[in-house]
Amino acid sequence: MKTQKHWYDFLWIVTPIYLGLGVFRILFAWIGMLFFCLPLLISIFGGGKLYCNRYCDRGQFFSLLGGKLGLSRNKPTPRWMRSKVFRYGFLIFFFVMFFQMLWVTWLVGSGARDLREFVTLLWTFRVPWDWAYQGSVTPWVAQYAFGFYSIMLTSTVIGLVVMLLFKPRSWCVFCPMGTMTQLICRVKAGTPPCQSSCSGDPSSCAQCKGGAPHA
Amino acid sequence: MASKRYALVGKDCVSCGCCLKVCPIGAINIWKGVVAVVDSQRCVGCGRCAKECPAGVIELMERRAEV
Repeated sequence: MKTQKHWYDFLWIVTPIYLGLGVFRILFAWIGMLFFCLPLLISIFGGGKLYCNRYCDRGQFFSLLGGKLGLSRNKPTPRWMRSKVFRYGFLIFFFVMFFQMLWVTWLVGSGARDLREFVTLLWTFRVPWDWAYQGSVTPWVAQYAFGFYSIMLTSTVIGLVVMLLFKPRSWCVFCPMGTMTQLICRVKAGTPPCQSSCSGDPSSCAQCKGGAPHA
Repeated sequence: MASKRYALVGKDCVSCGCCLKVCPIGAINIWKGVVAVVDSQRCVGCGRCAKECPAGVIELMERRAEV
C-alpha cells in the first residue's frame, strides 16, 4: 500500500536532532517545551489528538525503528501496562517528578542551591553532563534545561525499551502527554459513541441506553 | 460483497492513531480525540489495525448474517 507522504511524516527526525543538540548545548533542551505545550494547546483548542495522530515526532521515531527497521519484537503490550491504573499512575508520577524538577529550578534561582550540571536518567542515575553548559546564562535557566532534558531523555529511553520488547508504539499507551490530551478531549467531547455490535436499540444495549451515539 | 469480518474498537482505546495509518481504505477516524471509530460498513476486516494497536483494544468480529 503506497500512500502519499506529507511533510509531517518526516517529523521523526526531530527526536534524534533534539537529543543530539542537548548533548552539545544543554540550553537547546528548552525547545522541548514545544513538545509539552503543542499537544495541550491543540487538544484545548479543538484539534483533539491531532498531535499524537499526526505530528508526534517520538511516536514516528518509534514506528520507524520498531516497524520499518524491524527492531521491535512486536509482542502485545502487557495487560498491566495497558491498564488505567498504570496509565493514570504513570501520569501522576510524571507530574510529581516534573514539579520536583521545577522545585530544584526554583531553589537554584533563589540561590539556595548550586547549579547541578548533570542529567538524571530514569529519575535515579546522575550522568555527568557538564561539557554541555558553558555558563552563559542565569543558573536557573540552565538548571531547568538540565531537568527538562533529563525528562525527555528518560522518556525516550523508556519508549525505546518498550518499543524493543513489545510493539513499536507501546510507549503511546502510557505516554503522559497522550493521557493528558485524551483526558482534555474526553471532558470536552462527552459520551463516546457505542461501537458494540448491537443494533443501536437503547433497550438492549447499556452503552446506548447511557446516551452514547451509535457509531 | 461485504467482508465476513470487521474491526471493533474497545472502550480502552488510547486514541494514539496507529490504526489510522495502517488502514488501507481509511475506514477509521478518531472521534473527537477520545476513541478510534471504525466504519463497520466500509471495513474490509484485514486486521492490520488490530495487529498495529499498541493498546490491544481492536478485535475482529464476525459479521452477523443480514436478515
